[in-house]
Amino acid sequence: MSVDLATTYLGLTLRSPLVVGAAAPLSEHLDQLQALEAAGAAAVVLHSLFEEQIEQEQLDLQHHAIQGSESYGEAISYLPEPSVFHLGHELYLRQIEQARQRLNLPIIASLNGSSPGQWVRFARQIEQAGADALELNIYSLPTDPALSSAAIEAQVEEIVREVRAEVKLPLAVKLSPFFTNLSAMARRLAEAGADGLVLFNRFYQPDIDIEELVLRPNLLLSTPHDLRLPLRWIALLHGRLAVDLAASGGVHRGTDVVRLLMAGAVITQVVGALLRHGAGRLSSLEQELALWLEEHNHATVQELVGCMSQQRCPNPSEYERAQYLKAIQGYRSWDAVSAPGPW
Amino acid sequence: MTTITVDGNEAVARVAYRLHEVIAIYPITPASPMGEWADAWAAEGLPNLWGAVPAVVELQSEAGAAGTVHGALQSGALTTTFTASQGLLLMIPNLYKLAGELTPVVLHVACRSLAAQGLSIFGDHSDVMATRGTGCAILCSASVQEAADFAAIASRASLLCRLPFLHCFDGFRTSHEIQKVEPLDDALLQALIPTEAISAHRARALTPNRPVIRGTAQNPDVYFQGRESVNLFYDEAPGHVREAMQRFAALSGRHYQPFDYCGAEDAERVLVLMGSGCETASHTLEVLRARGERVGLLKVRLYRPFAARLLVEALPGSVHTIGVLDRCKDPGASGEPLYLDVITAITEEWAVVHGHTPQPRVLGGRYGLSSKEFTPAMVKAVLDHLHKPEALNHFTVGIHDDLTHRSLPLDPGFVIEDPDSVRAIVYGLGSDGTVGANKAAIKIIGESTALHAQGYFVYDSKKSGSVTVSHLRFGPRPIRACHLIERPSFVACHHWDFVERFDLLAGIEPGGVFLLNSPHSSSETWTRLPERLRQAIRGGALQVFVINASRVAREAGMGQHINTVMQACFFALSGVLPRPEAIERIRASIRHSYGRKGEAVVARNLAALDSSLDQLERLPWEALDASPVSAEAAAPVGDPSLSERLATAPAFVREVIAPMLERRGDQLPVSAIPCDGTWPTGTARWEKRNIAAEIPVWDSELCVQCGKCVMVCPHAVIRAKVAAPAAFATAPEGFHTAPARDPAFSGDTFTIQVAAEDCTGCALCVEVCPARDRREPKRKAITMAPQRPLRERARGHWDFFLELPEVPRAGLNLHKIGQQQLQQPLFEFSGACAGCGETPYLKLASQLFGDRMLIANATGCSSIYGGNLPTTPWSANAEGRGPAWSNSLFEDNAEFGYGMRVALDQKRQTALELLGQLGGAGVLPSDLVEAIRTADQSDEPGIAEQRQRVADLKARLQHTQNHQQRQLLELADSLVKTSVWLVGGDGWAYDIGFGGLDHVLASGRDLNALVLDTEVYSNTGGQSSKATPRGAVAKFAAAGKAAPKKDLGLMAMTYGTVYVASVAMGARDEHTIRAFLEAESYPGPSLIIAYSHCIAHGIDMARGMEHQKAAVDSGRWLLYRYDPRRHERGENPLQLDSPGQRRPLAETLEQENRFRMLRYSQPERARDLARVAQEELERRWRTYRALAQPLISTADQRSPAEQHSPADQHGDPR
Repeated sequence: MSVDLATTYLGLTLRSPLVVGAAAPLSEHLDQLQALEAAGAAAVVLHSLFEEQIEQEQLDLQHHAIQGSESYGEAISYLPEPSVFHLGHELYLRQIEQARQRLNLPIIASLNGSSPGQWVRFARQIEQAGADALELNIYSLPTDPALSSAAIEAQVEEIVREVRAEVKLPLAVKLSPFFTNLSAMARRLAEAGADGLVLFNRFYQPDIDIEELVLRPNLLLSTPHDLRLPLRWIALLHGRLAVDLAASGGVHRGTDVVRLLMAGAVITQVVGALLRHGAGRLSSLEQELALWLEEHNHATVQELVGCMSQQRCPNPSEYERAQYLKAIQGYRSWDAVSAPGPW
Repeated sequence: MTTITVDGNEAVARVAYRLHEVIAIYPITPASPMGEWADAWAAEGLPNLWGAVPAVVELQSEAGAAGTVHGALQSGALTTTFTASQGLLLMIPNLYKLAGELTPVVLHVACRSLAAQGLSIFGDHSDVMATRGTGCAILCSASVQEAADFAAIASRASLLCRLPFLHCFDGFRTSHEIQKVEPLDDALLQALIPTEAISAHRARALTPNRPVIRGTAQNPDVYFQGRESVNLFYDEAPGHVREAMQRFAALSGRHYQPFDYCGAEDAERVLVLMGSGCETASHTLEVLRARGERVGLLKVRLYRPFAARLLVEALPGSVHTIGVLDRCKDPGASGEPLYLDVITAITEEWAVVHGHTPQPRVLGGRYGLSSKEFTPAMVKAVLDHLHKPEALNHFTVGIHDDLTHRSLPLDPGFVIEDPDSVRAIVYGLGSDGTVGANKAAIKIIGESTALHAQGYFVYDSKKSGSVTVSHLRFGPRPIRACHLIERPSFVACHHWDFVERFDLLAGIEPGGVFLLNSPHSSSETWTRLPERLRQAIRGGALQVFVINASRVAREAGMGQHINTVMQACFFALSGVLPRPEAIERIRASIRHSYGRKGEAVVARNLAALDSSLDQLERLPWEALDASPVSAEAAAPVGDPSLSERLATAPAFVREVIAPMLERRGDQLPVSAIPCDGTWPTGTARWEKRNIAAEIPVWDSELCVQCGKCVMVCPHAVIRAKVAAPAAFATAPEGFHTAPARDPAFSGDTFTIQVAAEDCTGCALCVEVCPARDRREPKRKAITMAPQRPLRERARGHWDFFLELPEVPRAGLNLHKIGQQQLQQPLFEFSGACAGCGETPYLKLASQLFGDRMLIANATGCSSIYGGNLPTTPWSANAEGRGPAWSNSLFEDNAEFGYGMRVALDQKRQTALELLGQLGGAGVLPSDLVEAIRTADQSDEPGIAEQRQRVADLKARLQHTQNHQQRQLLELADSLVKTSVWLVGGDGWAYDIGFGGLDHVLASGRDLNALVLDTEVYSNTGGQSSKATPRGAVAKFAAAGKAAPKKDLGLMAMTYGTVYVASVAMGARDEHTIRAFLEAESYPGPSLIIAYSHCIAHGIDMARGMEHQKAAVDSGRWLLYRYDPRRHERGENPLQLDSPGQRRPLAETLEQENRFRMLRYSQPERARDLARVAQEELERRWRTYRALAQPLISTADQRSPAEQHSPADQHGDPR
């Protein structure tokens, strides 16, 4: 029996729910994108274009270009200056154009702005470059104690509204899980014009070197356990909003994809598994998914989507339980040891 | 009329680039920018006149460039090169060949002084005059416009007459002066360059299709005739030049002659000179003629072939005295070259041309050596001198010769400036963007208005805390003043500290504008100004404006770059343009200049611009002066004056160095200057430059006394001492100490002190400090704090610290950094860049071996911060011993140092023989003789003992009259070990000096080569060398270096007799020390290649040591030691001290702008080069790992094939 893996996300028809999530090492270069397409990626979300990073890059470039110059007669400057600089955003746009020309799979750009006008400006440029969709990566870590949650939420909503008004591209919003009321936030974003929500953004968390007494940038890739968080929220939101739900974080096995689809996701974004095992992991994920569907007599992926969402699952209250005393009380240390590993 | 505003180098390069197919380049100041332009244009694919991108190739030396030029020409390509000074001299052998073979070519020369008693990067005609026998034609331009024009004219003339041309123009004065000029468009060049002559040149090319041989060896039978066979070409050449000039005039409207006369038709006194001095002279002549003086000027354009008839024809018959001015010195000659040529021309041709008119008297003089100013007053002085019946011949002008009394007196009041011009002098700090802003201002005015514009910039000889002085002229008439502004209408001071240091308002015209960047309020500014300046303001009724530019820049997010702020103020005040128009043009300029680097940069500059205009205010000094409060004297700044500081300094420092420090060196008389270039050491300590905004502060409680901060300090300003507690009894208040932690100093007291006034504030010490406060880890044992509040107290602390006894050297464990760093540095307070990566190595060498060091220093950064006047960081210890240092050339440093070694060995050998003879004769005690002869001098105690024995020996011989004994007395010091060091950068060791270095390493002599490898020609502004890694962007490698870095260490190891070490202090400091000790102790040649981070890498210099570590961690830089002595112990001489690749190469490359830059310009190429670099790195690691395998015993020997294990072939670099 052949299984139909096709799904629809942001109005795009995809060959499967296996979408490559945003991560620079996966999508920085065209040949990587080609490898991902060859391995069966249904779509690729490009690494994020970070406005603050681009601005810093420009300032650094200027700083280093003039450092030490015009002060000593033998060395008026120290580096040659090309007449044209291909700065970060320009390269990003060029990559979209090239990908559009050379690849068939949908290209979803990802954008993180820091100032209101720039979200719109870059979104417009991304649309012109030929991206199939845009994922707004609303990534910030509010640390100002004077800033209220309401103000932050309003800002996020405003960004989506402004971009929506300016571009015709299908629009997804990648969210942080840290909202006071995520459901309400999701609704506001849907109303503001988002076509899809990606749950969730995983933040880089620094670590402390206890010997050297410094912070270490320590990127931890997701594990299958991480999918619990998006799973719950996708299940809670499925059927309640007129947006596509995408899962991000913790997709490492075919059965992880199945779980998230059951919760209500139409696609699952894969990153960590590809960083660990390379693009080829996509094809095995696809095979695992197809095999599972076949073994369980599903003809299409669509049949699966949302079957275990809160609205359709046998025990909806489980999704809302904040504390599950029995689980904690019944925990024994060997549970952890004997529990199946992440692989 | 289209105009561009460019400097002489760019003007020439724009023409030369389009007219050539092959361009061979090599860096040398002040010609380097021509090669840089060519390389940058080629990298961007700009075509030449015939639609092809010229091949721009860098060579290993000027000699190499000349050879390449010769070869390319013999193969029929239109070829050029750019050079100056000793670089031109390196080309001389090939210049003879080019001329002998009648090869059309134009070489562009930015004329520069030759290194004689000292090196100078500045301009005069010494270099080109040294080539006048080569047979090359010499065409000399006098201004930026002429430099562009003559580049083209020379090309036509050369192609037609078949002589090689040297097109020369004055270094710095023309090469670096910015002027508004008319560019030569392609159509003009097409019409000027003779196609048929190009075809003829190509037809003469060597080709197997029409085989000939050229470059034969000729014998007495024909060589002479061959030399004479070219006469006709030389006879015809001036005609070709004249024709080319006429044709050029028809195309451009600009008229030139081989000899251009200007001035009175009935002139009785005429000056003859060439180069930029002609501009000042002709301008001065106009003024003098207006006063009725009968004076004239003959500008020499074509100097070779010397067309005597044309010269005499150009002179008016009325002239009775000719003053020939040479911008060079030909010591011992009967006169300078131009003078002699003019004498000959007059003698031979005067009667032919002017009949019986009395032949004029010809006097010769020298002026302007090394860019010494040549002012209207000097022109007038010479012309006045020509009036005198008994006028001195062979005079000088512009200096005060109190030794041989040949200099002419000057009238300092004779100043001519165009009254309708704006003349601005701007004092800035090297790091604040002042010169960049001024260049932008010239461009704005030059390129968008009808005004003429000129800019000339006086740079510093220091690389840190440097002062720049910009001279800008704008006016309705062409500007022909090739000298500094003497009567400014506008003075800007961009740095408050300068109000104390310089005579800022000297010569300012009444009612002029004084703009001051002041950290104080308007009224406080007035009271804090030195009375000297206030008097000048009152006396000149000046208009004074103030702005806190540093604050404006900081608030706009521009850090210390006050360029846009001060540029806005200049335009607002100078009156060059109406204010609204000026501001609009700045806006446009900001968008144009910074737009390609991104919106963020543009936005910040625009914000700074707007804020500047809001905060610029007029200082109402008249009102403030009238108020009783403000009439108080300026607040004392608390710093002693220079003369107070130098009260205890040697007389030479007070009388010669001090005026130079105060920018009054021009006023020093000839007698003050050492006649053979010998200068005292230990002079940098007197400067007290106070350039650091922040200095390190030591926390004695947190400190673990590891010595790392002391070790990395590039300027030797942070030092440690250990002494008995009693020594600190009289310590000044606040002088911190701690009990010494090292058990070797149990019971003693330890201290670290900072020379606050000598510190550059680089913060490298903070970076390497490992001691953190565990309760608040952001605090280290060294932290930075504002210098000014600490200055006075720190001065007292430093003085006390210097008086503390030095730790006895003999007992120190040199492998322990904390102890080794107690050794006194004999290299201190250099003018190197703040955070320099080279100087910590030199300082280390000076600590370890300084009291017995002889240094041969290749030209480059280390010779500049080591020996650029007025001061030197090389110093001596309390016994008066310290490194003796000399610089020969760039290319011969290894041979220079080798000569030192050979001489020392020879002296020692003679001394030993004499010792033996005198011992044998019973004159000297045999035990002393034997002890001296067999002394073990491999360590500090051994050397100390030998010194004592030699002192004993000398005492015994002190009063002898015996010839043999006196001879031994003179040679006795050679019996103590002298450590010879060859110091230089990678440009020297990998490129221009490699042949010599290789030879010297092969010699087996006991010397030590220290290569300060910055992977680039740092001193000349970052040109690529063979040490530049693949993928790095550098000048001359604007498209990223495509070839890999040369493995100099591996090449040296192949001898098997050379000690070789590759070190990186920032990665493993103790490894560096070990390598230095091993190298010096090895009784043969040693080579230490030391990774030196550099400002040319595009890094944050405060993190230089981190970059060194990253280079090692990425595997890009290997740490190893190859010690031939290990052979004797049956061990592999190579010890690989690197751990292998621990970080991705790409990640570490991304941290340096030199690698990142290529991603911005050519992303695909950047990626490809980085990939190849990674593969190379892995291959290199495998090679080294295989080479460093433990040796197998003879019994276990297998064939090489058998020894090759699969693991070796496929080893993981980690």
